[in-house]
Amino acid sequence: MFLYSLTFYLFSTIAVLSALMVISARNPVHSVLFLIFSFVNAAGLFVLLGAEFLAMILIVVYVGAVAVLFLFVVMMLDINFVKLREGFLQYLPFGALLGLVLVIELGILYLTDTSSNFNNSQILLEPKINETENTKMIGQLLYTKYFYLFQICGIILLVAMIGSITLTLRDKGGVKKQNIDNQNTLDASKAIEKKKVKLGEGIK
Amino acid sequence: MKWQMLNNINNIIFIPEIFLALFSFISLIFGLYVKKNAFRQTSNFAVIILFFTIILVYLDNYSNFADYENLFENSSFISFFKILVLLGSISTIIITKDYFLAIKLKNFEIPILFLFSTLGMMLMISSNNLMSMYLAIELQSLSLYVAAAIKRDSVTSAESGVKYFILGALSSGILLYGCSLIYGFTGSMNFNEINFYLLNYENLNMGLIFGLVFVMVGLAFKVSAVPFHMWTPDVYEGAPNSVTAFFAIVPKIAGVALIYRFCLVPFQNFYLDWSQIVFFLSIASMFLGAIAAIAQTNIKRLLAYSSIGHIGYILIALIAANDNAVKAASIYMFAYMVMNIGIFAIILSIKVKNEFLINIYELKGLSKSNPIVSLSISIIMLSMAGIPPFIGFFGKFYVFIAALQQELYLLSILGVLASVISAFYYLRIIKIMYFDDNTEIINIYFKISYQAKIILFISLFIIIFFIFYPSFLINISSNLIL
Repeated sequence: MFLYSLTFYLFSTIAVLSALMVISARNPVHSVLFLIFSFVNAAGLFVLLGAEFLAMILIVVYVGAVAVLFLFVVMMLDINFVKLREGFLQYLPFGALLGLVLVIELGILYLTDTSSNFNNSQILLEPKINETENTKMIGQLLYTKYFYLFQICGIILLVAMIGSITLTLRDKGGVKKQNIDNQNTLDASKAIEKKKVKLGEGIK
Repeated sequence: MKWQMLNNINNIIFIPEIFLALFSFISLIFGLYVKKNAFRQTSNFAVIILFFTIILVYLDNYSNFADYENLFENSSFISFFKILVLLGSISTIIITKDYFLAIKLKNFEIPILFLFSTLGMMLMISSNNLMSMYLAIELQSLSLYVAAAIKRDSVTSAESGVKYFILGALSSGILLYGCSLIYGFTGSMNFNEINFYLLNYENLNMGLIFGLVFVMVGLAFKVSAVPFHMWTPDVYEGAPNSVTAFFAIVPKIAGVALIYRFCLVPFQNFYLDWSQIVFFLSIASMFLGAIAAIAQTNIKRLLAYSSIGHIGYILIALIAANDNAVKAASIYMFAYMVMNIGIFAIILSIKVKNEFLINIYELKGLSKSNPIVSLSISIIMLSMAGIPPFIGFFGKFYVFIAALQQELYLLSILGVLASVISAFYYLRIIKIMYFDDNTEIINIYFKISYQAKIILFISLFIIIFFIFYPSFLINISSNLIL
């Protein structure tokens, strides 16, 4: 249990500190890197909770896709971050208010014990963490019971792909493309043509 | 252990959808590899696919049971509405083909988007679970968002696409929140299980009422019932006419079927809770549809308000919630589809001064230059207004019969009043065509392909001659089981 607490506090402290660094770092690239670091630590917290599938998804989706996208935006676009940072402190009261609301909500959750008056016996199937990995369980459900939904999700993604291609792809006329086949089959003897130039006439 | 599932003959209820999905993929590849006239070829291919899907849906009729963990249900009501959706989809693809070619939108993806949208609607009608309902709605609307914005160089088309997308996402969010509340309080997402769970209760608790309201809001958005109708006129106006035709004809059918199933299957014992919501939606839709359309001169906005009004009448039948309600809804939806196919087939073929028809005052003098076309428009308009010999009258007639059987006198009177008000703008179009003097030289051309002409002819035939043989539809619709 000691090890568990130690890991928990380690991960959460680093997550909070790196989240702080995200908003306080001067260099925006450093901010994004701290954000990634924070995500990785949050993934560690998920592993501690026995939700290793969520941890993997967090790494794959947030670190692999979202944060990299941020990094691209930060590096590709010419945004003046010093200007963006100017009114930084004026949002402090609002942020403090949101934090206060969250703290109050946590306090209410802590003070009222909801599990005792939860009389609905139909739900709350607790996963047995030590017996089955939840990736396996999700996979077993997804490919058998909810196979139909899984397939519709696939079709929705396909439609999204078709849609985005249809709306953005433009056939520009006059674009010169490299044709590798032609290049490879080009014959040296035909590529260069020798002509005799008559004096005073030129080549047509 | 799962082999048994594959060999199970019961899975036949699934075949039309599998067929449609599979051939949508094939038509995607087909469109890519056809070099010449890819749009036209893919449209024809799509029509053939949809035609065979109708046959498949017809063949699995009346296998009234659920399969696949009850995510998916089949019944005669569902089959009927699926066939309506497919017929609407086929007709729209045929009547819009020439318009797309005329405005030089030749992406072969357009009919494929319509195919996927139709697939979504079929899944939506037969969904028997909150999850499959949500996913089917998303599949259906995602294709339509893209279709609305398909005319890339037009600002209005992009605007309508973005507007539809953002508002659609908002309504999906509300719907999803409602679904999560219902799941949280009943412990199930299945329609039948929710119903079974609710049998123990006399009243819905607060959370379930919120869930019900939120889901109803999401569904009302999809059929554009009144407080949630704002997107309809703008999207209809901005999208290309041919896409508007699809919007007006097909998704409404699926949306209405889903609202009926959602109210009458999981919440059938809590009539009083949802009927209040539907009551308001219905009255507000009828009156707003009737009154706001008076000020419109754009034909697409006018038809948008007209469709809002029609949704109001269909919801009256839902409030009645008796045996005649399902019958009335199916007859009304059939009439709605036929009338809209007819009017859009004409609108998409009229050119005024080399531009496609936009303003209704451009129809001035049509009775002299094109008497047959103006006569057809008049017949469809009279039918939409619910004037007796035509099919629109029967739709309203059965709705009011269902309402009167349930002693909903106030609702029926208000419905008739709204119907009278709405007759004004339908008749105004007839007046413009026949009685307005046109000082300019009449410059209206009517050009229609022969396939679209067949569709127009069939729809006019049904509108006019339905009165002589109404029993074919009434017999079918009175035997429908939810």
